[in-house]
Amino acid sequence: MDFVNAIVLLSNFVIVPALSYGSQLALGAIGVTLIYGILRFANFAYGDLMAFGTMFAILFTWFFQSIGISLGVLPTALLAIPFAIIIAILFSLLIDKFVFSYYRIKKSPPVTLAMVSIGVMFVINSIIRIIIGPFDRRFFDGERFIIRANEFKEMTGLNEGLAIKSTQVLTLFVTIVVASILFWFLNKTRTGKSMRAYSDNEDLALLSGISPERVVMITWIIAAILATIAGTLYGLDKSFKPFTYFNNLLPIFAAAIVGGIGNPLGAFLGGYVIAFSEIFITYAYKKFFAYLLPESLEPNSLIQLLSTDYKFAVSFSILVIVLLFRPSGIFKGRVL
Amino acid sequence: MNYFSGEKMTGGYGGPDIINSCTISVDKGEIVTILGPNGAGKSTAMKALLGMLNLREGKITINEKDISNLSPQDRVKEGISFVPQTRNVFTGMTVQENLEMGAYLRDENFQDTLNEIYGLFPVLKEKRNQLAGQLSGGQRQQVALGRALMIKPSVLMLDEPTAGVSPIVMDELFNHIIKVRETGVAILMVEQNARQALSIADRGYVLVTGENKFSGSGKELLNDPEVRRSFLGG
Ligand SMILES: Nc1ncnc2c1ncn2[C@@H]1O[C@H](COP(=O)(O)OP(=O)(O)OP(=O)(O)O)[C@@H](O)[C@H]1O
Ligand SMILES: [Mg+2]
Repeated sequence: MDFVNAIVLLSNFVIVPALSYGSQLALGAIGVTLIYGILRFANFAYGDLMAFGTMFAILFTWFFQSIGISLGVLPTALLAIPFAIIIAILFSLLIDKFVFSYYRIKKSPPVTLAMVSIGVMFVINSIIRIIIGPFDRRFFDGERFIIRANEFKEMTGLNEGLAIKSTQVLTLFVTIVVASILFWFLNKTRTGKSMRAYSDNEDLALLSGISPERVVMITWIIAAILATIAGTLYGLDKSFKPFTYFNNLLPIFAAAIVGGIGNPLGAFLGGYVIAFSEIFITYAYKKFFAYLLPESLEPNSLIQLLSTDYKFAVSFSILVIVLLFRPSGIFKGRVL
Repeated sequence: MNYFSGEKMTGGYGGPDIINSCTISVDKGEIVTILGPNGAGKSTAMKALLGMLNLREGKITINEKDISNLSPQDRVKEGISFVPQTRNVFTGMTVQENLEMGAYLRDENFQDTLNEIYGLFPVLKEKRNQLAGQLSGGQRQQVALGRALMIKPSVLMLDEPTAGVSPIVMDELFNHIIKVRETGVAILMVEQNARQALSIADRGYVLVTGENKFSGSGKELLNDPEVRRSFLGG
């Protein structure tokens, strides 16, 4: 029984949260890695693009709520996502047309483009603060839990409860659907293959008649879709605060690099690697061991490797270790 | 006038001229080889024909149509296909995907062409689901050739198709190139293996510092004492 309790405890505080957080990072990391593979620069504005898309998901949610539309037990934000995506796509294409394309045509080095993206990041950040403000916004409605901790305890008679939030299941479900469609697109369709070809060998892609403008445009469209979905899922699960999206840039880049930058499947898996590492390392295992060990050996410290305040240090360390020892990433991407 | 020709091409990469009044032409069903020492401008001449270089002077025509001002992509649409000297396959894609990318500009069904290519290069059919980056040098060159043929080109330009392969594989590749000639394609190739290249070529040019130094039929060049002394090692 103690063993089962220990497993439930770990699921409740580590595995379930890491799966949903990992999914959010995974989608973001695919966006970052695609931009790197096709446009060949690290886009630091990506976190704020996520915040931008999420902001419109919130605005549309409020609008739907104000005219009395809801999805019942599901969050209204699901209905708002497609509209927010359209705006995020238009916004990305606009930024590309007025900012990035200038440097692309000039064939500026990737470092220049990365610096330009930092400028873009500040601009998007300010736009968001002007429109929705810097405060914490909760926009979740519908049924919060699929299973509550005490319901679970009553059902199973265990000491430990397992709470599963609907946003966690929703996140996992949406991520699986979106990632499946994306990988199908990249591996099976002519356009998707032309994107991989362009990322693989730009000169040869041009010699094969693949149009760079088209490839770049589709990359921005996919990046905006992924940013809006990942950002909204994150906002539903936690809450929306513009600054947290900037913070998430670090684990997202870490995920993309662990997965081998330019490699979408690697970025996807990298998202979970980072999420599980962050949460495993910052979890306090005292209670977990209390269940498993005999009373005499019971720990009296927290058994926590790092305080949760340091969770970004985990991403950062992984990032540095990978760059030092395996710059092409665990799942083999381009060498940075 | 030959089917595909570049006349008096002069230009470089923005600095000094690399090729000077260089003239190269090829007819359908003909193999023409470009020889010359390292750095002579052979690759540059090919890039000029494809439009990857800003020429100061010169005129490029295909089937009597002036294409001097077309972009490389538009020249590909005119039926000119190019296999670069290096990085000539998509290493992270399968053999079959490499071939499909070669047919990117074709709207109609290209299954027939795919089967033709597999007939020409049986090893590619066998390895069609393998990543091109994992193949041997000779097999990669076949993928590169196959990719270029998928567009059904009328002109095929090959930059050192036998670089870095063993003599046996080289013979095999040359045999493939001869088979392609039989389908009526105009083939222009740069070669390091001058003797073998001239023995299968209908004509050849020798470039030195970006200028035409010698030209003639394969036999003439092979027998020319001066060409033998300077380029064929006696
Ligand atoms: N992209 C480039 N930019 C500037 N100069 C170049 C470029 N490519 C080649 N060159 C220069 O042009 C000259 C001719 O080079 P090219 O590659 O055409 O020679 P090549 O005859 O093909 O030689 P090789 O046998 O080594 O392939 C060389 O001096 C080279 O340094
Ligand atoms: Mg060369």
